[in-house]
Amino acid sequence: MWAEIAVSGVKLAVIAGMLLTVVPIMTWVERRGAAFIQDRLGPNRVGPWGLLQPLADAVKLLFKEDVTPAHVSKGLYFLAPAIAVFVALSTFIVIPFAKAEGIELFGVPLKGLIVAPDLNIGVLYLLALSSISVYGIVLAGWASNNKYSLLGGLRSSAQLISYELAMTLAVLGVLLASGDLRLTTVVEHQAKLWNVVPQFFGFLVFLVAAFAETNRLPFDLAEAENELVAGYHVELSSMKFAAFMMSEYINMTTISALATTLYLGGWQLPGVAMPDGWLGLVLSFAVFMAKVGFLLWLFVWVRWTLPRFRYDQLMRLGWKGLIPLALLNLLWVSVALARGWL
Amino acid sequence: MELAIFYLVAAVAVLSALVAVAHRNPVVNVLSLIVTFFCVAAVFAMQGADFLAGAQVLIYAGAILVLFLFVVMLLGAPVVSGEENPRPVQKTLGAFLAAAVGIGAFFLFSSLREAETKLSEAGNTTRALGRLLVGPHLFAFELVSVVLLAALVGALVLVKRKH
Amino acid sequence: MVTLAHYLVLSGALFAIGAGGVLLRRNGIATLLGIELMLNAANVALVAFSAFRGNLEGQIFVFFVMAVAAAEVAVGLALLVAIFRKLQSIDVDRLSAMRW
Repeated sequence: MWAEIAVSGVKLAVIAGMLLTVVPIMTWVERRGAAFIQDRLGPNRVGPWGLLQPLADAVKLLFKEDVTPAHVSKGLYFLAPAIAVFVALSTFIVIPFAKAEGIELFGVPLKGLIVAPDLNIGVLYLLALSSISVYGIVLAGWASNNKYSLLGGLRSSAQLISYELAMTLAVLGVLLASGDLRLTTVVEHQAKLWNVVPQFFGFLVFLVAAFAETNRLPFDLAEAENELVAGYHVELSSMKFAAFMMSEYINMTTISALATTLYLGGWQLPGVAMPDGWLGLVLSFAVFMAKVGFLLWLFVWVRWTLPRFRYDQLMRLGWKGLIPLALLNLLWVSVALARGWL
Repeated sequence: MELAIFYLVAAVAVLSALVAVAHRNPVVNVLSLIVTFFCVAAVFAMQGADFLAGAQVLIYAGAILVLFLFVVMLLGAPVVSGEENPRPVQKTLGAFLAAAVGIGAFFLFSSLREAETKLSEAGNTTRALGRLLVGPHLFAFELVSVVLLAALVGALVLVKRKH
Repeated sequence: MVTLAHYLVLSGALFAIGAGGVLLRRNGIATLLGIELMLNAANVALVAFSAFRGNLEGQIFVFFVMAVAAAEVAVGLALLVAIFRKLQSIDVDRLSAMRW
């Protein structure tokens, strides 16, 4: 039993470490990518190509004065960013990052680079925890004792629960096709054909819902600097603000990893069988990270290209556009399964 | 070991349930009920009902209580003044009924010292539940969708402003 | 080991707390929360019996209880909002007349 706990601990450390290092890398990519899209250079003074800029940002945020406004509800004020980060970090344990056949660590077989390989309700666990992330935002808005924060928090949570529905319906299509809630089964099902091909509209719905779930442009009405005075985190300073930013980037990474697993074949390459053992582990991990990297770049690209949606346009798109499209996708998948095409 | 975990989860559940019904501030009530629901999900998971544990967090903690929190915030976390001393009749009757249920349950059920058997497919109930829903319980499944539609329409009609 | 009795006593305790909340609180929100707690206590008992008998019917029942609870909360909160708009208060003791 202790060997299994040690193996889980190692996997957890590897994946958590990777997630936490993605955050500074993403801040750098965001700022340089934004700059190139806007035809300027971006930060390039701190270290070669500005690579140490995230370090400077982190130091700045740490040393900022931690202002607590007068009439906030103290407990909720400190709890809200903690909830945001906690939920962001605990959702990735059901995502398979690499193939690990025939590898044994401490005498226990490593059933794939996934922290919880035997959890039978994989995707349901992830969806359940993402629905908890609403609390971080709504409590931050409420606890700040500021009408703009409250409005921003309420709008953001309404947006999150609306697009959660569309995302779940899109995911249902994939689950129907692969027949199991576990993400390892979903990845293995895509050995010949990635799910994005037969379920293209489901993929579109999922991607748009992913943008809305992570509060990224074009759906970032609730937290943009020039809307509602930065919305729900206007009263949070220094580490609490940093915690929300961190949770946003980690959420982005987790949703990109989920999109990769569900639609882009996870760690599989079409038609190529990954070798067993440590070589297979490294190769499949590299393939997975390449796909996740592409999706993260897509997030940055769309952010600096498209204008922001107005709140009523956003809700209209979610309820009247994405949900019918996701239902049609579900219908198509059921017909295809019944006729044996999928 | 399992007994220790059960006692811990049960203690947290009962404590947060007490805070959920007793505290004055509605926001604190809702938040402690979230803790209670997480403990109930843990109890489900301990008995092998994995799908229900996930569904409990997704539906109760992640949707129903979000709705509660929305309404509480929209109404401005209203606190009813003078609530701390209810009328004597209400106090005695309410406390007596609640205590009767609690103590009665304790004595009635502690005599049931039967052994506990886990579910045979411990931990993979999703497929079996799905088969049951579209098999023997198909009618109830379809009916529950009508109930949800009725609730949806009803809630919309009740809060419609007369313009 | 954890027996059926343990789960049922937990269910009874949660039910009693919920019932106390409904009976003793005047705040409409707390009343609805007490109802939710009682429904959850019933769910705990249902799953305990389902595991004890090895029969999944209890879990199907819990599934339906969750769906109906969601419907009931939606309507209950809509009622509360409508009442608040009329009376500017959610004190359920003020709803004692047949006409506001």
